[in-house]
Amino acid sequence: MKLTLQVWRQERADAPGSLQTYVVDDISPDESFLEMLDVLNERLEEKGERPIAFDHDCREGICGACSMMVNGQAHGPRTRTTTCQLHMREFDDGDVILIEPWRATAFPVIQDLMVDRFAFDRIIQAGGYISVNTGSAPEANLMMVPKDDADLAFDGATCIGCGACVAQCPNTAAQLYTAAKIGHLNLYPQGQPERDERTVGMVEQMESELFGSCSNFRECEAVCPKGISIDWIARMNRDYLKAKLKGVNRR
Amino acid sequence: MTQSLNSQVPSGPLETKWLNYRDHLKLVAPNNRRKFEILVVGSGLAGASAAATLGEAGYNVKCFCFQDSPRRAHSISAQGGINAAKNYRNDGDSTFRLFYDTIKGGDFRSREANVYRLAEVSNEIIDQAVAQGVPFAREYGGLLDNRSFGGAQVARTFYARGQTGQQLLLGAYQALSRQIAAGTVKMFPRTEMLDVVVDEGRARGIVTRDLVTGAVESHAGHAVVLATGGYSNVYYLSTNAMACNATAIWRAHRRGAMLANPCFTQIHPTCIPQSGENQSKLTLMSESLRNDGRIWVPTSADDTRAARDIPESDRDYYLERRYPSFGNLVPRDVASRNAKSVVDEGRGVGALKNGVYLDFADAIGRLGRDAIEEKYGNLFEMYERITGENPYGVPMRIYPAPHYTMGGLWVDYNMMSNVDGLFVIGEANFSDHGANRLGASALMQGLADGYFVLPYTLASYLAPHLGERVATDTEPFRKTEAEVSGLIRGFLDSKGKRTVDSFHRELGHIVRDECGMSRSEPGLKKALEKIPALREEFHENLNLSGGDGLNLSLERAGRVADFFELAELMCIDALDRRESCGGHFREESQTQEGEAKRDDENFTHVSAWEYTGNLSEPKLHKEALDFEAVQLTQRSYK
Repeated sequence: MKLTLQVWRQERADAPGSLQTYVVDDISPDESFLEMLDVLNERLEEKGERPIAFDHDCREGICGACSMMVNGQAHGPRTRTTTCQLHMREFDDGDVILIEPWRATAFPVIQDLMVDRFAFDRIIQAGGYISVNTGSAPEANLMMVPKDDADLAFDGATCIGCGACVAQCPNTAAQLYTAAKIGHLNLYPQGQPERDERTVGMVEQMESELFGSCSNFRECEAVCPKGISIDWIARMNRDYLKAKLKGVNRR
Repeated sequence: MTQSLNSQVPSGPLETKWLNYRDHLKLVAPNNRRKFEILVVGSGLAGASAAATLGEAGYNVKCFCFQDSPRRAHSISAQGGINAAKNYRNDGDSTFRLFYDTIKGGDFRSREANVYRLAEVSNEIIDQAVAQGVPFAREYGGLLDNRSFGGAQVARTFYARGQTGQQLLLGAYQALSRQIAAGTVKMFPRTEMLDVVVDEGRARGIVTRDLVTGAVESHAGHAVVLATGGYSNVYYLSTNAMACNATAIWRAHRRGAMLANPCFTQIHPTCIPQSGENQSKLTLMSESLRNDGRIWVPTSADDTRAARDIPESDRDYYLERRYPSFGNLVPRDVASRNAKSVVDEGRGVGALKNGVYLDFADAIGRLGRDAIEEKYGNLFEMYERITGENPYGVPMRIYPAPHYTMGGLWVDYNMMSNVDGLFVIGEANFSDHGANRLGASALMQGLADGYFVLPYTLASYLAPHLGERVATDTEPFRKTEAEVSGLIRGFLDSKGKRTVDSFHRELGHIVRDECGMSRSEPGLKKALEKIPALREEFHENLNLSGGDGLNLSLERAGRVADFFELAELMCIDALDRRESCGGHFREESQTQEGEAKRDDENFTHVSAWEYTGNLSEPKLHKEALDFEAVQLTQRSYK
């Protein structure tokens, strides 16, 4: 396959960026999208040029590191698929492919396609846990969890923290991420004692970051590689409202 | 011997060793804990659980990871599950049985006391994880579900769909995040450790590089904990994440820490075969597929027909033929070796003839497509996504891939290396899996070390050091920092022609061919000639572009340089161990039927290698393995 790539290049966070065009040939349809970029990078290195920086690690769709807009779609054209699991057979010989970093003020570009997603970590630090010190846990089966609740909680817990939801949202809202994280813990009996404070802490941390607000475009759920539903956002909003009506404030 | 190896295993009966030992360890009072600085390198299951637990206790912790977030460490990729001796199924499980299965699975090349302790704390891990909200699979009654896994006759594996690793890591990451918010742990993401500072035989701190700015910095601590994972990427292609590397343990080794059993690596049998030279990693398909899939290759090497056109009479179900009682469910090492041998005979399948079939046609015929879809749907989907083939219609193609490294830095019973104050936990150490790791026990070990072992033994180490000042303004720090900067400068000044990856690929080929699933004296000797020659070329002919700020090629160059040195030691160790055991198959040591043959008389020991300054002549130290509670038996799966 021969492809024309238009790739966002930006040296540093505070440097201006631009789209650069590269032509890559001899690409096999069995290669993954990131392997195609590896090939391009190796050729750039051979010419003494700086390779394209992008985040990636496990390359099996679970670590959540890879993060790029492919033809305007977070993680590219295949549903429920991270960029690392996208393969070149999804494209045609001769295609022009536009590759950009996540576009969100809350995720500033570090270099090229690599962005800073620490805002997600800060949301977790604001309450995305159950406070249980090591060694103080009771016997595991003392806590019974109805299977339906456990299965539902899992659907939220399956989030890989990649940020596609934010990148695709016209408002760059982080509601889906935050809601999935809150929802998982709020469904568990273990999560009840801190339920209100967790919800308020995480929502207000989210709001204090540079994310936008949710206006139900549903783009997030369409691109989520784990297929997380926006139902979680409704749950979060309900939990948040209940907590605020009780007068709960952020710790 | 310049240094002796003392395992520090306490005396007394196996069942009470750890409890008695714990009772007599020294303690650090709560109000004194904040006076200690602890450096934890790595934020996977072992590192995150240790950093969180130490933070909760009140120590000052700094935690480092090269990823952009601690949540991305490679523990996240573990699919299958985590073992514990809860005996919830009432099927006769016990601490002893979990211990026994683990030590037998490791082919009796691990330390009895360590493995017993691992089994002993396994239940507490499940309690802790459940209390954190880890969404383990549950039954309709609301209680935890279990499934069975390779190498065991009881159902003791706890699981969270196909992503047990992610869920356990998120539990530990959330606990860690809580401590970051509380201010007890300071997190350094996108920061790579490049050296350990050792002064007068004691670890004083580390030197790191900020991967965004390129700044080289020193951090001092009362103790250094390495939780930096395994080194399967020495093979270039493996199931490990792209950036998994051996730099932390190798740098520690060069500063005096011994590396134990480096040749003990695990090649997992069910991975998707390589599709071309540009392939960057291999993807594991859960071992559970072997429960319903039948493995076969054509009888004749010349058979070019499509799988479905090959009649039964021209198929060789080689595992069922050779191992009638275990069939397709033989342990990982046996399944892997057999796949290699049929592919080497030229009977491999697929365009590159580099795989074997894993065929679900019979299972679909027997149970129906729906049943198979319910059990393995997500795996089939993943397979289709990667290969473009539909496994409901044509058999899957699989081939073994490097997956886990049992070898690692030598540690004593306290998880401390032979360098005072340098602790090593999780896959980075050598301690619990012997020559082969059983499924669902890597997660168990990482969390056992981090949550329930290290916090006790580390406190005991720290207690006498109360009040000691730690600082980076000393000569050893300045010297180490200068050496690290010199190394980086050396790479940046390279003016050669070949890229880092081209060297890594070639190194991987050598190690895979000669120190992979099957090893022989002539092959290893050949590798020991090729590796140093290629390493020399690497240092002379490396093409590296970019500057000293964010530079991904520079990061890889440093890691590959260390893989080159480690690869040589792996081959030296493999050559020295003239027996077959677990994942280490020496062609010279096999039974008449071609099965692995252990040599207990000469090799019931841990081989710990000391760096001498000459990479080709490391010094061997042996730690004898004594077995009180188990009888050494030859494994048989016929």
